[in-house]
Amino acid sequence: MSIQDLLSPFTAWKNLFRDPVTIQDPFNDRPGSERYRGFHKNDVASCIGCGTCETICQNAAIDMVVGEGEPTGAGDSGLRPRIDYGRCCWCALCVDICMTGSLTMSNAYTWVERDPDAYRFTPGVDKKSWDNAPLGYQRAESHRLAPTQRVTMGEVAPERRIGSFEEIVQGYGVEQARLEADRCVSCGLCIATCPTHMSIPDYIQSVRDGDYEKGLALLYETNPFSNVCGRVCTHKCETVCAAGHEGEPVAIRWLKRHIVDQLPVEKYRRIIGDPKPPTGKRVAVIGAGPAGLTAAFDLAKMGHSVVVYEAREKPGGMFRYGIPEYRLPYDAMDIDIEIITSMGVEIRCHNRVGTDITMEQLHQEYDAVLLSIGLHLGRSTRIAGSDHKGVAKAVDLLRDIADGKSIDVPKQCVVIGGGNVAMDIARSMARLQKSTQGEIRVTVTALEDLDHFLADPEEVKECGEEGIAILDSRGPQEICLDDQGQIIGLRTWGVESIFDEQGRFAPRYNPEDEQIHPADRVIEAIGQQSDVTLLGEALTEKLAWNRGRIAVDGQGRTSEGWLWAAGDCVNGPDVVHAVADGHRVATDIDLMLQKKR
Amino acid sequence: MVYQPDRSQYPQQRADGSLDIDLESGKYLKLWQGPQHPGITGNMSLELTVCGDEVVEAKTHVGYLHRGFEKLMERRTFIQCFPIVCRICVPEPDFNEYCYAAAVEELAGIQPPERSDWIRTLILEMGRINSYLMFLGGQAGSLGLGVVAQWSTYVRDLMLDRFEELTGARIYHMFILPGGVRGDLPEGFQQRMEETLKEIERTLGDIEDVMFCNAVFKKRTVGLGYIDPALFNPYGVTGPNARAGGVAKDVRRDQPYLIYSQLAFEPIVGQDSDVFARADVRRRDLLLSIDLIRQILAGMPKKGPVMAKIPNVLHWKIPPGETYIRGECSRGEYGYYLVTDGSGYPRRVNVRGPSYTHAVALLERLIVHVNISDVAGLMVSLHTYPPEIER
Repeated sequence: MSIQDLLSPFTAWKNLFRDPVTIQDPFNDRPGSERYRGFHKNDVASCIGCGTCETICQNAAIDMVVGEGEPTGAGDSGLRPRIDYGRCCWCALCVDICMTGSLTMSNAYTWVERDPDAYRFTPGVDKKSWDNAPLGYQRAESHRLAPTQRVTMGEVAPERRIGSFEEIVQGYGVEQARLEADRCVSCGLCIATCPTHMSIPDYIQSVRDGDYEKGLALLYETNPFSNVCGRVCTHKCETVCAAGHEGEPVAIRWLKRHIVDQLPVEKYRRIIGDPKPPTGKRVAVIGAGPAGLTAAFDLAKMGHSVVVYEAREKPGGMFRYGIPEYRLPYDAMDIDIEIITSMGVEIRCHNRVGTDITMEQLHQEYDAVLLSIGLHLGRSTRIAGSDHKGVAKAVDLLRDIADGKSIDVPKQCVVIGGGNVAMDIARSMARLQKSTQGEIRVTVTALEDLDHFLADPEEVKECGEEGIAILDSRGPQEICLDDQGQIIGLRTWGVESIFDEQGRFAPRYNPEDEQIHPADRVIEAIGQQSDVTLLGEALTEKLAWNRGRIAVDGQGRTSEGWLWAAGDCVNGPDVVHAVADGHRVATDIDLMLQKKR
Repeated sequence: MVYQPDRSQYPQQRADGSLDIDLESGKYLKLWQGPQHPGITGNMSLELTVCGDEVVEAKTHVGYLHRGFEKLMERRTFIQCFPIVCRICVPEPDFNEYCYAAAVEELAGIQPPERSDWIRTLILEMGRINSYLMFLGGQAGSLGLGVVAQWSTYVRDLMLDRFEELTGARIYHMFILPGGVRGDLPEGFQQRMEETLKEIERTLGDIEDVMFCNAVFKKRTVGLGYIDPALFNPYGVTGPNARAGGVAKDVRRDQPYLIYSQLAFEPIVGQDSDVFARADVRRRDLLLSIDLIRQILAGMPKKGPVMAKIPNVLHWKIPPGETYIRGECSRGEYGYYLVTDGSGYPRRVNVRGPSYTHAVALLERLIVHVNISDVAGLMVSLHTYPPEIER
């Protein structure tokens, strides 16, 4: 103790003359810092209603509610997060996990209301003064709570695969699949978009858990063609995947394939279970493609007796005769078909309805008939020279390749078309050229520009890798012939526009931008149609039609009460759509059969 | 005032060890201090038995702040525990965030980037400064020096501004999460931090004048609440409470974590092991933290990621394992014991808050023979935060 200890405390008095350090709110505004976690903002236009914010919120402060005025569509649930500030702890995990980056926070400090319920609000939908505040918490670029990049899929190198029809995609290993499955946030937007509404998040979870038997059971609940769809599905699910908004979508298709790859076929039946006891009802299915066989599978499971009439040598329809082996190996589709036949479905191949048996006979012999005949006739461009014998339809050639027929491989060929079938035939021709003449001379000409190709981007990319020339925005004008009447090439003009102002197909060309693509064969791949001659004149007359396709109601029933139609012949080409269609008609047929009982 | 082993002048002990206090005799009085009381740190109660103005026995009662954090975490995913843990200690929440994140990272096999370790260290030291500033105000206030709390709160607010611009929040920062930290330093942060540190140093000078060079404060605190260094280990005394008794326990040096091994410092120790010595150790430790922040900002790598790649947190499963992560917080050794069982939820999270040992067993022992007016000063000098006790 010293004299200093007595006097020193009095130095506190010097503060008498200091300015106060307090900030008087609200007279002096004190804005929050740049990244202050204030009140929530939501850019409702980019929000997809995936609900990951709701999932991660440990306070249960977020509920997904219908966003007034927010349209629901593919990839958007129409729901928007409503936040209860009686529960929120401002941790901002919702902002961090947000798959689109739409959810952010303003740097607003204070919010005063008399009504306590006002503090439960839907940001973006309920307008607030801070909605346009430029500052506030946003997820930093590098700060991600879920991996954004897809696990790379192993593929056979272009130089090796071009020499054969070997499958290109090698499939995920167990650890790769687990890592990829880990990326899924289980929002379920994919379920809503998938035509057959597969339980995608659940089967992806089974990959994470390594529970493949459960995964297979889930697959078979909605899709008996998982070997097929795991390879060639148009994966609309991935288009809407929440992870795709700020990263790559989850490889849903490959994960599906991974599940089926992990289990031996012998286990399938035990997992799927046995059909119900026979009902005594008989159903005929015309065409052993994805729609017909799916319906057959469902009906057989329900206990009905199903006979499938298939005109060709083997079942499979469009996916056997329309998709090359390097994308969908025959072994893989055979597994799916084998399971379907094991359920008691009888497939009668080499049995062409209309020739071997008539529609009328089927009508008499069976309780219900399903028409699922696919699209096996190629359309023609009808340009000058397109009736030349050297001009072929892609579907016919693909079918011949699948049948193992010997193909007269052209030295140089041009494909007309920009869809997946065009890519399929171009790549098949390239493979045949490589194995017969050692060099690839295939050109694809398409009306669309590259950004609007109908084919999958990876198909286009792989075409390029395999040495196929792709010319976009080229409109076919004439098959050029020499003096001997042999094809020497295809003359095309540059495309200025494809559709008119009303959105109708009316291509406009620039004749000055003319090119002749040398070829000794031209292949048309511009679309397909059904071969409906099997119906016979009387039935064709009786049936209602819709733009050249058989008209059906929501359940797939035609205007004739005993006849249903499903698959590509009704909806256009798409495997998974056909599967969904098969389920739909099977349910309706079963309903009808129960009533008949 | 040394603990009196000679109990002859105190109430007789019964066979079970409890004191034979006959309240009817009029000699003793039961008195509750807390749970709401300016002399109690946080919400807890002391059940005092006084004889005249001298405490002869005290029982601590906790539970007023029990929110069941440890149990809550067993039903939350690993990422969902992150916003919870900071609430276990209000004035210095960052240790919870760090210990939890480091425990999860160890069991999940994640290596946070180097730069995030520097930022984490920076935040822990900033939090330590805040905690000490709060202590200084409390210690002075408990003995009637109200002005110190006003000054320390002012500079603490400046540090909260730095927290706000760095982490986006003032109190519960929620910035250190498994994998790294949420963001990088904002533009111009170092300069503004330097201004804040200077202001704190200036204020500390003032506080030294009015608190530490103060006859009243010295008279009240020197010799009060003496802890015999022999009690340190049996009672689990750590941190400034131990260092004030000459034992240089400091996890930052004894078992360096984050980037402490790259910083130059020596633990601050005192000698007398009383209330004054403890306050002084904390004041000097605060100055050390200021120095450490300057070292960190000068030595930090200028570029680099602050967040490691982590799995999808929505269904993050961590292989079975257990670990104990510890660090030196402003009150002593802070630790998280985490057990995982391969599921998406922690099997057990146990928080070792230093307040548990200091505010219960140690306080009950020290308080005997203390004048009732010194109870608040004694309790504050142990620097305890009740939420840590009853996580």
